[in-house]
Amino acid sequence: MALRMWASSTANALKLSSSASKSHLLPAFSISRCFSSVLEGLKYANSHEWVKHEGSVATIGISDHAQDHLGEVVFVELPEEKSSVSKEKNFGAVESVKATSEIISPISGEVIEVNTKLADSPGLINSSPYEEGWMIKVKPSNPAELESLMGPKEYTKFCEEEDAAH
Amino acid sequence: MRGGSLWQLGQSITRRLAQSDKKPLSPRRYFASGADLKKTALYDFHVAHGGKMVPFAGWSMPIQYKDSIIDSTVNCRVNGSLFDVAHMCGLSLKGKDCVPFLETLVVADVAGLAPGTGSLTVFTNEKGGAIDDSVITKVTDEHIYLVVNAGCRDKDLAHIEEHMKAFKSKGGDVSWHIHDERSLLALQGPLAAPVLQHLTKEDLSKLYFGQFQILDINGSTCFLTRTGYTGEDGFEISVPSEHAVDLAKAILEKSEGKVRLTGLGARDSLRLEAGLCLYGNDMEQHITPVEAGLTWAIGKRRRADGGFLGADVILKQLQDGPTIRRVGFFSSGPPARSHSEVHDENGNKIGEITSGGFSPNLKKNVAMGYVKSGQHKNGTKVKILVRGKPYEGNITKMPFVATKYYKPS
Repeated sequence: MALRMWASSTANALKLSSSASKSHLLPAFSISRCFSSVLEGLKYANSHEWVKHEGSVATIGISDHAQDHLGEVVFVELPEEKSSVSKEKNFGAVESVKATSEIISPISGEVIEVNTKLADSPGLINSSPYEEGWMIKVKPSNPAELESLMGPKEYTKFCEEEDAAH
Repeated sequence: MRGGSLWQLGQSITRRLAQSDKKPLSPRRYFASGADLKKTALYDFHVAHGGKMVPFAGWSMPIQYKDSIIDSTVNCRVNGSLFDVAHMCGLSLKGKDCVPFLETLVVADVAGLAPGTGSLTVFTNEKGGAIDDSVITKVTDEHIYLVVNAGCRDKDLAHIEEHMKAFKSKGGDVSWHIHDERSLLALQGPLAAPVLQHLTKEDLSKLYFGQFQILDINGSTCFLTRTGYTGEDGFEISVPSEHAVDLAKAILEKSEGKVRLTGLGARDSLRLEAGLCLYGNDMEQHITPVEAGLTWAIGKRRRADGGFLGADVILKQLQDGPTIRRVGFFSSGPPARSHSEVHDENGNKIGEITSGGFSPNLKKNVAMGYVKSGQHKNGTKVKILVRGKPYEGNITKMPFVATKYYKPS
């Protein structure tokens, strides 16, 4: 227990967390603008979506940084299973209390699963953007597209620069 | 995600709320640097309390604090909220003829108001359309206090000044004073009265909804109106600006943290739940008070006599009925937003949404908009188009959340 707590506070300070113990770490994080968590082992788009590539399946969601800026999510519009998504094209929308935002797919492929929990619990995107708030699972049609996405360090820097510019 | 960059996404919140200022969109207006924006007396106080500051009608205002907009909105109705609305413009009209003067510009029966009482009213233009909505109070027969929207300040003051010049040139006795030395705070919710009572010797149980008093609160002379923009019992307090921070601190302390500083995001959700118009969205230059469902605000005597700008158009609408009417909607799917089309069940366009969002207190989508007269009855099933897809909805009465105005039993 103590080791886990030490790991979590260190990870918090470094703005990184390890996905292995993620579900225990999340409650220990205070998700605030300055300390949004960026998960290791994921790739990130500059439109703030993340991709987790495991074998032939890629899971897609939006980052902690994105959900923090968006505010409380009240509705999520997602594509149907068997539809296709294309890199850099929008595949749905997230409604927060005051605004609507399109979700852009970081990769192309076929939608093999949609997170149906989000229909009743759209707030999962806020409370668990990398785990329970996942949006779609895709069979990538062109795995090379993943190469052009950002790694966690690059994405962290990208977010800092974006925030600083304002 | 797209709505622009994430920072710009945050700005879209204020884009929607700031519609009251109908100048053409210019990059400068929404992405103005901090240096361009006006600050209220509570600016530093907001920042110290975790306020997320955004540009609104030329001011830097808090859209929310550390708690979420949803939590903040719910807390207002359970406990209470303190809003900084010092960006709004308070002014006094004085003189022997201030009442007949104001009656040329608004639809209210100002002469019929008892001293110390006020009402919501509408400033009209020659076509009967709304220039702005305002809460006016007759302090005495020679003093009227009124508050107008921040986004309409320049327009309203120019309008009043122009007419005042003409009125005076014919011998009328009226002058004005714009209360830039004062700051307006709004205290709303079930704890508003008990908390405020700690800070004044006057018996607030005798001050009913719509009434006004000049009294000492927390050691300074304040203008107090029992009114608000949330549907809850509450007050708007005009305090000398140098005492604004102390008053805000005192209110928060006396409530032991239950009354929270609340921002514009929650304020918009609250007024939407209360079925209240936001000028610039639900009421505009081309919409009359009759169409907006504010016939009750047109004094009975005024309906017979007219005497305000656009009276001919409005009196005709009162006789024949307006061609469009403001109604409330519930809907499924994504929240209906401003400019979403409203269709009947057969897919014919019958109207448009002017405001909408997710109601934190009802946990469902609520919206208001205008539909063709004849299609406006409660229960009418509609389809609302969001991003090109139709979603089921129905027309419903407003307010969506019952009001709790403090009225004599």
